[in-house]
Amino acid sequence: MIIQTLLAQQAPVEAIDTPAIDWAILAPLLIMSVGGILMLTFASILKTLSSSVWSIAATMISLATAITVIPLWMRVTDTENSATSTLANAVAFDGFSLFLTVVIALSVALSAMLADGYLKREGLEGPELYVLLMMSAAGGIIMAFANDLIVLFIGLEILSIAVYVLAAMHTRKLESQEAGIKYFVLGAFSSAFFLYGIAMIYGATGSTNLIDIKNFLAATVLDDDALLLAGFALMLVGLAFKVAAVPFHFWTPDVYQGAPSPVVAYMASAVKAAGFAAIIRVFVLTFEQYRTDWQPVVYVLAILSLLVGSFLAIVQTDVKRMLAYSSISHAGFILVGVQAATERGVAAVLFYLAVYSFMVIGSFGVLTVAGGTGDNAHSLDDYKGLSKRSPLLAFALMIFLFSQAGIPLTTGFFAKFGVISAAIDARSFWLAVVAMISAVVGAYLYLRVIVTMFFAEDDDSEEDGADGEATTAEPIDIPLGAGIAIAVCVLVTVVFGVWPGPIDDLAREAIPRLVAESAAVLQIGN
Amino acid sequence: MEITANWYLILSAALFSIGAIGLLIRRNPLVMFMCVELMLNAVNLSFVAFGDRLGDIAGQVSVFFVLVVAAAEVVVGLALVVAISRRRATTTADDLSVLRG
Repeated sequence: MIIQTLLAQQAPVEAIDTPAIDWAILAPLLIMSVGGILMLTFASILKTLSSSVWSIAATMISLATAITVIPLWMRVTDTENSATSTLANAVAFDGFSLFLTVVIALSVALSAMLADGYLKREGLEGPELYVLLMMSAAGGIIMAFANDLIVLFIGLEILSIAVYVLAAMHTRKLESQEAGIKYFVLGAFSSAFFLYGIAMIYGATGSTNLIDIKNFLAATVLDDDALLLAGFALMLVGLAFKVAAVPFHFWTPDVYQGAPSPVVAYMASAVKAAGFAAIIRVFVLTFEQYRTDWQPVVYVLAILSLLVGSFLAIVQTDVKRMLAYSSISHAGFILVGVQAATERGVAAVLFYLAVYSFMVIGSFGVLTVAGGTGDNAHSLDDYKGLSKRSPLLAFALMIFLFSQAGIPLTTGFFAKFGVISAAIDARSFWLAVVAMISAVVGAYLYLRVIVTMFFAEDDDSEEDGADGEATTAEPIDIPLGAGIAIAVCVLVTVVFGVWPGPIDDLAREAIPRLVAESAAVLQIGN
Repeated sequence: MEITANWYLILSAALFSIGAIGLLIRRNPLVMFMCVELMLNAVNLSFVAFGDRLGDIAGQVSVFFVLVVAAAEVVVGLALVVAISRRRATTTADDLSVLRG
């Protein structure tokens, strides 16, 4: 009654002018996020279901997300100018965003398969992990599509907040909780820097929309660009943190070591991919004109990441920590491609991100299975004689480590080749030299693990025998989901290592663009 | 003396620095969360000040998004602290040292 009287008193208001929405473009994002929400709802009703059901469902939803991209990809590569934007230019629609959406969705699918066996072994409760994975991936997809700095920030936070919880997911393990809180504190710290950067850029250019910012910068000569440059610096700090570039890498070893291994697989692949999506769209694309200002900074970040990542990895005795440092050096390699700031560099980065996802998920997949109950047996000694306990796991890990080292006939070789040749094209010779040195140092590290697995004698089962599961003779059971995920990763790494053409072609077609939505598109949207 | 937008920007930079330094030197997780909040709200002040200077509503709109994000972040952070303090009596950042290398 009251409401009706109030409504009657109200003067007729004009309809609010809402932006046109092209729902098809948002389909991958909607499938991922709505899928996650639905799973959470069903999980609270159907408590008796086996946790494998949720793993399969999460895998299916992620694959559905990836499949939805196919018609969109056809549409965007159909003609030269089909890239566009929607939702008042806040969401970009181009090959770049679609490519990374697939990378993120596949990472979720593979991590979900790994998580099934892990949860059962650790005796952890059901579907929250999958829900959080999918929520986080939805944030990553928002970042890949973001055409507006505020949208980018929201995506980054959705991605990160879910991952903070995921890192602390193993509720009975102190290391996991410590990893979660460390990641949270440093993550929130870096998000604040990122946000301050957005505020500065907004102050300097008068908009948070990337298209408007680019148009503004093209049309205007700033008398005083201090505000803009401060914005660059602060945003780069925030993003460098997310992709674990030196000197913003301090969280990486601790978090990778403490967090559950399937979660680390996701963090190393999808979170990195989303972070680089933001770096490329904001810096390479929007601030193209100011590249002489940001390129040197990325150059230094790349060199530091390459050197610190590969040299500090050598002195580690914990394999998870070692792979954490190696992921820092991989971030350095990807930054080498970003620094080139050319179309070729971007294609090399996309290729790198796609194939690196499979190698790193595979590596952490093997670690998930080999870690034993408690996910603790990760010191180099625990990997002695892995080839005897589980020849298949040792073989798979060998392939992944060869690929990470960049040995020919694996995808890692072409990935490294791509970024280094992009750097040489852009005449950054010293950077290319440092990248190659880092690759050599890295090769030593990976070979060390491989030698330990295959040739080191497992000195005594007494020391390992304390935990009961790491004895020499006992073969390791590989859960079905993890087995499939590792097999897929091996296949991708080997097949596309011999024949990189298809991924390379896709990466070259996935050009990032900033195109405002046209009147024609608005018509279709309405 | 007229108080212009720049005053607010300087205040916001000062608050942001206090938050950042506080986060680095304080050891109590709760105080560290408060410092994060201080940093985010300093940025909010910047957004409003810039929006005022530019005569643009987007700066104020951004603040709403940031507030929501900040709230979500603290919810997760406090949950993590509770989870950790259930397992041990005191929780300062220096106690979190299982992971090192």
